Amino acid sequence: MPPVNHEAPERHTLSLLVDNEPGVLARIVGLFSGRGYNIDSLTVSEVSHDSRRSRITVVTTGAPMIIEQIKSQLDRLVPVHRVVDLTVTGKAVERELALIKVRGKGEIRQEALLIADSFRARTVDTTLESFVFEITGKPEKIDQFVSLLEPLGLVEVSRTGVAAIGRGPDAM
Amino acid sequence: MMREMTGAEMVMQALIDQGVEHMFGYPGGAVLPIYDAMFHQNQVRHVLVRHEQGAVHMAEGYARSSGKVGVVLVTSGPGATNAVTGLTDALLDSIPVVCITGQVPTHLIGSDAFQECDTVGITRPCTKHNYLVRDVNDLARVLHEAFYVAQNGRPGPVVVDIPKDVQFAKGIYVGPENIQHKTYQPRLKGDGDRIRAAVELLAKAKRPVFYTGGGVINSGPEASRLLREFARLSGYPVTSTLMGLGAFPASDKQWLGMLGMHGTYEANMAMHDCDVMVCVGARFDDRITGRLDAFSPGSKKIHIDIDPSSINKNVKVDIPIIGDVKHVLDDMLTVWRAMKAEPDRRALASWWGQIDRWRARKSLSFQNSDQIIKPQFAIQRLYEAVKDKDVYITTEVGQHQMWAAQHFPFEEPNRWMTSGGLGTMGYGLPAAIGAQVAHPNSLVIDIAGEASIQMCLQELSTALQFNLPVKIFVLNNEYMGMVRQWQDLLHGGRYSHSYSESLPDFVKLAEAYGGVGIRCSRPGDLDGAIQEMINVDRPVLFDCLVDKMENVLPMIPSGKPHNEMIMPDHPEGLDDAISEEGKMLV
Repeated sequence: MPPVNHEAPERHTLSLLVDNEPGVLARIVGLFSGRGYNIDSLTVSEVSHDSRRSRITVVTTGAPMIIEQIKSQLDRLVPVHRVVDLTVTGKAVERELALIKVRGKGEIRQEALLIADSFRARTVDTTLESFVFEITGKPEKIDQFVSLLEPLGLVEVSRTGVAAIGRGPDAM
Repeated sequence: MMREMTGAEMVMQALIDQGVEHMFGYPGGAVLPIYDAMFHQNQVRHVLVRHEQGAVHMAEGYARSSGKVGVVLVTSGPGATNAVTGLTDALLDSIPVVCITGQVPTHLIGSDAFQECDTVGITRPCTKHNYLVRDVNDLARVLHEAFYVAQNGRPGPVVVDIPKDVQFAKGIYVGPENIQHKTYQPRLKGDGDRIRAAVELLAKAKRPVFYTGGGVINSGPEASRLLREFARLSGYPVTSTLMGLGAFPASDKQWLGMLGMHGTYEANMAMHDCDVMVCVGARFDDRITGRLDAFSPGSKKIHIDIDPSSINKNVKVDIPIIGDVKHVLDDMLTVWRAMKAEPDRRALASWWGQIDRWRARKSLSFQNSDQIIKPQFAIQRLYEAVKDKDVYITTEVGQHQMWAAQHFPFEEPNRWMTSGGLGTMGYGLPAAIGAQVAHPNSLVIDIAGEASIQMCLQELSTALQFNLPVKIFVLNNEYMGMVRQWQDLLHGGRYSHSYSESLPDFVKLAEAYGGVGIRCSRPGDLDGAIQEMINVDRPVLFDCLVDKMENVLPMIPSGKPHNEMIMPDHPEGLDDAISEEGKMLV
């Protein structure tokens, strides 16, 4: 019998401030896999070289009780300084960058360029039979862009995952 | 204090500065410099184990019986992997342990060098925290930090992995004085508003119960004292998990006995029917709750825990209080007194009346025999023989462990050490040795089974070498009894590989090690044989031949709620006791 959980799953974006030390990412990822939590998206980068801090953005899905567990489990990891649930603290800005390769000739190339233009994607590489587009936006926008390019010779996609930050003047 | 020394010397200096008197370890190539530094000092005594798993369990027994941090030193590769079971055990039971592991030199890390393993990778999920120290100038800080992390907040094991070149390198040693962890600052004081709300709820309760756990023991003796004071002041009943036994005296009339899967009927019924439950340092583990959606359906729940992740993990509570048990109980008592709380005496009297009717079911009763030793009877006789002594009890895991918990009452905290969370067979003997190291003049008994004892039996040699006169009281029923009991419950009595085949002669085995072996098979001889065991000032292996088919009852079958226990007067056979859904659970 699984635990009593009739609550519908929710998608939450969490921001973590961590010590940039060896193994810190493995600790976070291991916690998610070891306890059976979902990672929909994960981004990591050092944000302060002087204090050796990194910021991790995790997008996860789970019932409210599980989301609370994920946050308190993350918070008790020794190198984790702060855990902020951007989904709870108010509408956060969420952005993702994607590089998308399309291959084709003739009319199809024209069509791809038109779509890229309407999504304000940039062309960062061009050959006679291919383009690489760079697009930034909400994950849903990128999903939509990719699906439109699908029939036009989509070759491959590389996405960064979501980076997020709270709105307004305050830090996390 | 700052001075130059080698990494190996720093390890010994840090241990001395942390007040460590004993450590448990096993040498090997990657820790030789530390063993050499140890050779040059005589402040820290090293207990040489026979297997690294034993070293960690000894450190656990040492820590749990003394309240200090247990210290382990093992080599790289197999030394570290052998320690993993002990580390996981310490993590699940929240026991403060610092385990120092040797590592191949930094330039060989990642090359599959001899006796290399990714120690920090392997131990990441089974420690509270771990470190790989690549620079000797970080070593002293990391060691002091390790002690801080191991014992502050919810205690747990910490691994410090030290490559061999770092042990040889010279660097600057710093003392523990100015080490404060930059981020890890657990909260000790509970939230004032919630404490007030909890006391108000508790004061109005009609059917209250204190549900206490290992957190009361971990918080220190003062927490146990405050719990007793709160119970006396309120007149409310108290039950405890396996881990919390001893925090509240078993002789007290407000004591309900242990709760959970093999807890007493009165404890489990009180949990099921209460209107206010105060969980003090326990974590609503599956052995405690039974079927979750039927767990204590009508109660408001207050949960005191130092670890925020314990809150609402399995059971939603109404008033969570994050803090150390000692601080929170102290503040709750202050509020209770300030508001001159008066419990509802009439409601309480009727609640106690109900509890007495449950007690009258005598759920721990068993059919005794004058032909064959019943395991419960053996524990009772053992208790009668040692109850006035300064005694520490450890156990292995299985039926004997549950019978010990049911039939050996404890009056004080830190006297009872058992592997509760991980359920590690082989825990008891090394844990007893660790407790004996901490309390050389006390009587330390490992209550064991004939299967479990064989998992870390080699540590008998350690006990002999260091003159540690631990007593191993084996309830020998020639079965992995709990496995056999569950095969009765779930698998039609098909005892697949649960019979203890080819058992050694335990008496000769004890003698082969240089200890004393005693065998007893008749109830009438038991008292005399137990006396003989106690009187010997050497390690004893006591082979107590007991009823082979006895089951641990009462029992909440998996998948059932607290009010559907199997009682000792259950008709023969357990094969219909568990539903198909329950069979999926462990």
